[in-house]
Amino acid sequence: MPDDTLLTASDVSRRFGGLTAVDRASIALVRGEVHAVIGTNGAGKSTLVNVLSGEIAASSGRVHLHGRDVTHWPQPRRSRAGIGRSYQRTTIFRNATVFENCRLAAQAHFQHPLDLWTRAQRCPQSREQAEQAIEQAGLTAQAQRVAGTLSHGQKRQLEIAMCLATAPTVLLLDEPLAGIGPDETERMLALLAGLKRGRAVLLVEHDMDAVFRIADRITVMVNGTVIASAEPGAIRGNAAVQAAYLGDSCEPMTALPANA
Amino acid sequence: MKLPRIAIPPAIGRLLKFWPLAAALVVLALFPHIGGGFYVDLVLTTMILAIFALSLELLVGGTGLVSFGHAAFFGIAAYATVLLSAKTDAPSLAWLLPPVLAIAAIAACVIGALCLRTRGIYFIMVTLAFAQMTYFVFHDTSLAGGSDGLYLYAKPRLAIGDVTLLDLGRPMTLYYATLGCLVVVYALLALIGRARFGQALAGIKSNEQRMRASGFSTYPYKLAAFTLAGALAGVAGFLHAVKDGFVNPEILAWHQSGAVLLTLILGGIGTLRGPVLGAFVFVLLKEVFQSEAVFGAFARHWQLPLGLAIIACVALMPNGVVALPARFRRLRMPIPHAG
Repeated sequence: MPDDTLLTASDVSRRFGGLTAVDRASIALVRGEVHAVIGTNGAGKSTLVNVLSGEIAASSGRVHLHGRDVTHWPQPRRSRAGIGRSYQRTTIFRNATVFENCRLAAQAHFQHPLDLWTRAQRCPQSREQAEQAIEQAGLTAQAQRVAGTLSHGQKRQLEIAMCLATAPTVLLLDEPLAGIGPDETERMLALLAGLKRGRAVLLVEHDMDAVFRIADRITVMVNGTVIASAEPGAIRGNAAVQAAYLGDSCEPMTALPANA
Repeated sequence: MKLPRIAIPPAIGRLLKFWPLAAALVVLALFPHIGGGFYVDLVLTTMILAIFALSLELLVGGTGLVSFGHAAFFGIAAYATVLLSAKTDAPSLAWLLPPVLAIAAIAACVIGALCLRTRGIYFIMVTLAFAQMTYFVFHDTSLAGGSDGLYLYAKPRLAIGDVTLLDLGRPMTLYYATLGCLVVVYALLALIGRARFGQALAGIKSNEQRMRASGFSTYPYKLAAFTLAGALAGVAGFLHAVKDGFVNPEILAWHQSGAVLLTLILGGIGTLRGPVLGAFVFVLLKEVFQSEAVFGAFARHWQLPLGLAIIACVALMPNGVVALPARFRRLRMPIPHAG
């Protein structure tokens, strides 16, 4: 179903001087699927996300969004065209309320910088989009709290709510579970699983239990190259993946979970 | 038993919030009828500095861009005022002010387009470098009188036919024209602050990465803010040139950029009242320390006590004069006791 493939990267590479962080990687994100990207530290996952979101230009290869070539589009333009992303390190407006955080993000679609008469907070479209995003992220009870006073897990939820407020069709989530406790992880996983309805979701995550629970497809990266891309069951049995993970004695914590 | 609350209609409640502003405006409007000529001139100087500081607030407090070269646009506008004025007749305000502001805005747009490619400390240094370049252009070339500066021969006026509406050569008219400019600049910045443009700038100040990820092209926003701030600094520069009737390169020098930044810090960054209050504190402190009546022969060394006073102010009032009422309220609050 080519119509449901929302974002594709074809043979993208990114070099930093002599270092090739991403080496001819290809990936296709499909509507209705959570596509996890796993790999050890330094495998190039975050660089791949940055190339997809437009924060970093690809050294070679092409990126297509909804069938359009967006390789040379800067990040804000790609964002307006439907790519939302979250960061590993929380990037919120700390001094504003949860609602205002989301309203400002939603404002990107209704910028009107020359309209000086209307109060920003009165803009009905951005209010509506913000309210929906907050509800979907499960932060309705916290809507009027100042973002900086939220718990770490709620800040991670807010990070996702701010992505949703821009009404994206493709979500790039960079370690949304990083640093949050077990009970909050459950809530976050339920939230993440719900995000794929009508959207394509790319998930970079170190928590293997979480990845194997919610991913519909898993791509494994080693040293900047994609070594496997398949359904979770096939990835578990993949010899190359086993070798890459279990052979890496530096990271025993990320060993693959046993077959359930 | 709870006392019944007196309900204040929200519209009146909103108006009540503005009473300190309204009171300040009334005092400024009546001041020429109370104070002597010397003090009226001092308040005029202060209001011009307040406009200048407000224009910088849009960058520093509004967008998070610390410019250390803001005097360039003040100075360029002041020079443009003198250079564009005829040497014989009084220039027409309608023909003088728009090109002066346009020149300041264009200069800010060009310099801003280059400076905004840098960030943080580099931005501070590059804005300083461009301002110093402008200083040396006026200082070292014969373009505008070199280091001696230039005189304004006749002050601008606004007339329709033979009826003179505004004659900025009259001190009272200049005073009220300056007060009018202060009100207009203040109101414009207040409107911007609450509108979507200002909120986007505040977002850039808080977290530019998130703004870009949300779909805001931040560079054009910052450039628009820089250009507008330059044009508003041009309003102050124009008024300065008309008031003094004289310009020299010192008004573009780095210590002028430093003085306006200090004014902002003294008053309090992040509000519009701060820069206006800061201008009054700064001019007053300077005047006191320069006064021979107070300090005798030591008044020659006024920069030393001024510097110390500013250090003391910043140490004791980290959020500026504007935050003082909140501090007093906290001090006067009764100590809560258990029970």
